[in-house]
Amino acid sequence: MAAQEKTALGQQANEKKGWLRAHKWLILRRISQLSILALFLAGPLFGVWIVTGNMASSLTLDILPLSDPYVMLQALMSGNLPVMEGLIGVVIVLAFYLLIGGRVYCSWMCPVNIVTDAAAWTRRKLGLKVSSPFSRNTRYWLLGLTLILPPITGAIVWELFNPVSLMFRGIIFGMGWAWMVIIAIFMFDVFISQRGWCGHLCPVGAFYSLLGTKSLLRVSASRRDQCDDCNDCFVICPEPKVIRPALKGADKGIGPLIDEMNCTNCGRCIDICDEDVFSFSSRFKS
Amino acid sequence: MSDKQGRGASVESGTGTAMSGTTKATLSRRRFLGDTLKTACGAGLLGLGMGTYSRQVESTPAWVIRPPGALPENEFSGACIRCGLCVRDCPYDMLRLAELGEPVAFGTPYFIARDKPCEMCEDIPCAAACPTNALSHELDVIEDARMGLAVLIDQEECIAFQGLRCEVCFNVCPVQGEAISIEMHHNRRSGKHALFIPVVHSDACTGCGKCEKACILEEAAIKVLPMELAKGLVGEHYRFGWKQKKVAGQSLVTPDVEHQYNLPEGVTYDFNEGGLKLPPKKADSSPFSSNPLDSLKKLQNQESK
Repeated sequence: MAAQEKTALGQQANEKKGWLRAHKWLILRRISQLSILALFLAGPLFGVWIVTGNMASSLTLDILPLSDPYVMLQALMSGNLPVMEGLIGVVIVLAFYLLIGGRVYCSWMCPVNIVTDAAAWTRRKLGLKVSSPFSRNTRYWLLGLTLILPPITGAIVWELFNPVSLMFRGIIFGMGWAWMVIIAIFMFDVFISQRGWCGHLCPVGAFYSLLGTKSLLRVSASRRDQCDDCNDCFVICPEPKVIRPALKGADKGIGPLIDEMNCTNCGRCIDICDEDVFSFSSRFKS
Repeated sequence: MSDKQGRGASVESGTGTAMSGTTKATLSRRRFLGDTLKTACGAGLLGLGMGTYSRQVESTPAWVIRPPGALPENEFSGACIRCGLCVRDCPYDMLRLAELGEPVAFGTPYFIARDKPCEMCEDIPCAAACPTNALSHELDVIEDARMGLAVLIDQEECIAFQGLRCEVCFNVCPVQGEAISIEMHHNRRSGKHALFIPVVHSDACTGCGKCEKACILEEAAIKVLPMELAKGLVGEHYRFGWKQKKVAGQSLVTPDVEHQYNLPEGVTYDFNEGGLKLPPKKADSSPFSSNPLDSLKKLQNQESK
């Protein structure tokens, strides 16, 4: 704790590991997020059709169908079965996230993550500290809501509002007023609720959390005995609750694996730690 | 998730009771119940708002035409996942996804006939690309598509009704002669010309919108409308006698007594559209002309000689 007051967030890591190594996973994540957008945009902008559709459902190189299981589940709840291509797409995506962690969707694919990360950065720079008025469980209530509404109304109601698909579709097919929603989310995260959208409300993230409950790929605090209590990982982590058991649970017999479904596998804790406490690991290693 | 929350709370309150009596347990339980109720209430209100809004959104404007094979609007909103694969697979680039702020359910595909009508591809790539059945994969033949129905909605402005030859809608129709035919009517204004009136037939019109696009007026007189707006429906109990007669091969009611006309000898009356029929004229059967003026003229001719 004392260390954090002396140095700025991440300063130790920057000095010890160099800026590039202290931002390795962040840079890789941004490359991942932006190249997905680029793949989808190459068609409409430059006529290079590699991927068509959007994140709800897409077709890569005219052969690989990929479909968002959450959207498909909403369609299913309103009484519509996908056709074979849609079904294959869902199975592939499900298998992928079951293996590498559901919320990898959030930190490596979702474009809204860039917005909320920017909001978190702004908040830190402005020194704003207000806790969220919402419980982190609110998102699971909203997830339930988005799955109950389709059978009642017969419509995929959530997709009229969903900022995640709204932003992605907006970038690829035309924004309309969607940019206002993106700004609203940014403002919400900065001024109303810390990590408000992704960490408290987003039902898409909630769905993928549940999907990744038993995922193979995990961050592990494998060198937790090296922790010097600088607190940087807790400040940078979008889901700080997930760190404590793994990092501080040695006395209680809790393993170093961050076995929490809300962990997004973003790797920011790995970057920011100058003692290299964290690393990507697998469920079976520990 | 409320389960998990509930379990967590009961464990907490359990240990609380063991440790320091009932006060702490009651407080944490009360707080837990309060928080849960608050969240549930909020979620419920939000759901009410979203649900009501979604119902409103289903009332799509009449100028919005869904791609071929689209389910009826109320089912479509539950099946379309707004992925845009149909938009991308349209070789003519006439489909678009509704952007936020347009008066169409956000993210759903549509086209506007007056801007860019459907070209009716034989392989229906848009419907084939749909990963759900929002665009039905059961549609095999594009001529079976019913995106809407063309209606010659403004008969005051359509120039065919002024007696002018236009027929552009008839000529551009991809199901020519079947979906739109030209029917001749008497032109009462001139008294001696015909009106060439385009007539749409719902059994063949796919609602592609080519006619609306091609209409030469400033504002199209022929428009594609959603089926439910365009079509009337006769009561199920209705029977048309002449159709029933054809099906049964005979009249189903007691036949009318044939009407007797007091007609001159040889003259008949044809009930099947022929009307009054005169007996064939026999040439030179009478030495006298039927026209009384002829004898007058004959007389004059003789005098002038």
